[in-house]
Amino acid sequence: MKFGIVVSEGPYTHQAADSAYHFTKAALENGHEIARVFFYHDGVNVGTRLAVPPQDERNLQQNWSALAKEYDIDLVICIAAAQRRGLLDENEAKRQGKDANNIADGFRISGLGQLIEMGILSDRLLTFGD
Amino acid sequence: MSEAKRFLYVNRKAPYGTIYALESLEVVLIGAAFEQDVSLAFLDDGVFQLTKGQDTKEIGVKNFSPTFRALGDYDVTKFYVEKESLEERGLSADDLQEIVYEDEDDDWAEKPSIRIVDRVEMAKIMANQDVVLNF
Amino acid sequence: MSTLHTVNKSPFANSSMQSCLNHTIKGDAVLMIEDGVYGASKNSTMSAAVAAKNGEIKIYALKGDLAARGIDEDKLIEGIKIVDYKGFVELAAKYDLANAWL
Repeated sequence: MKFGIVVSEGPYTHQAADSAYHFTKAALENGHEIARVFFYHDGVNVGTRLAVPPQDERNLQQNWSALAKEYDIDLVICIAAAQRRGLLDENEAKRQGKDANNIADGFRISGLGQLIEMGILSDRLLTFGD
Repeated sequence: MSEAKRFLYVNRKAPYGTIYALESLEVVLIGAAFEQDVSLAFLDDGVFQLTKGQDTKEIGVKNFSPTFRALGDYDVTKFYVEKESLEERGLSADDLQEIVYEDEDDDWAEKPSIRIVDRVEMAKIMANQDVVLNF
Repeated sequence: MSTLHTVNKSPFANSSMQSCLNHTIKGDAVLMIEDGVYGASKNSTMSAAVAAKNGEIKIYALKGDLAARGIDEDKLIEGIKIVDYKGFVELAAKYDLANAWL
């Protein structure tokens, strides 16, 4: 199966990003494909490079980055939702005249069309939100 | 491109108290370009998104309710609104804004986009989709 | 077309679980995850509504979320099956469609 995953809540405040992570990991470990993971609404905050969670807690952002690297999966942060919430990559920061960028490794910013395309390309689309 | 998929956007939350209604609508607008078979479902508090007379001046947020009226031009013409959800909230069809589309197969006759369906019908509509997007 | 419905909120916090149960059709499945697993417990005001649907649909609860919340297997409504994340993936593959009741 080719799964498309939507993560629509931010890290830590809601369990959504964790549940999505465990589902995605289990799918990959069991031979399924991940068409894309699309981060929308506050889910864009999962892609921050600047989080420093307590040492004895899981590092959600790093977990996602590592999973993306290990299995070469596409983690997409919605540009519209990201702009509202202050998540910028290097290009966006330059374009918008901001003095910093904060996207974590393995995530890329792109348009909402990527969500629709994911729906078209996937066999199954699951939403993890609140 | 292969056959169009049936996309259902499920709206169950009220507008303004949270961003889900607005950001769901933003997906619908972008999604229109992909020429899929799009339907919108409004149930539970989602029915509040379609009420008339929204005036957001004093709370300082954008009133996005007029955007629903533009969706007909984007070929998004199926707005399924759940009857029981309306009734539970003391609403009727009269409380909803008028949303129409022009049917190109019927001499551009103006037709209502809002279709009020009961719970049983809504369950069937939800079951007959290829992709469900939840907000 | 059969649907895997997921519910992640406690039925005592909001009406998402009840709304989900109101919209299933025969042959569907409901998987309780995150705080939704509280809906799997016996002896609550929700238990009867959940139990009534069993048979018409299949009801599952996610193992990790039950354990995290200290909900023992013997506290579950009869007929509810427990699955782990691998099982969740299998359910998502088995059913034609996924619908998340947030």
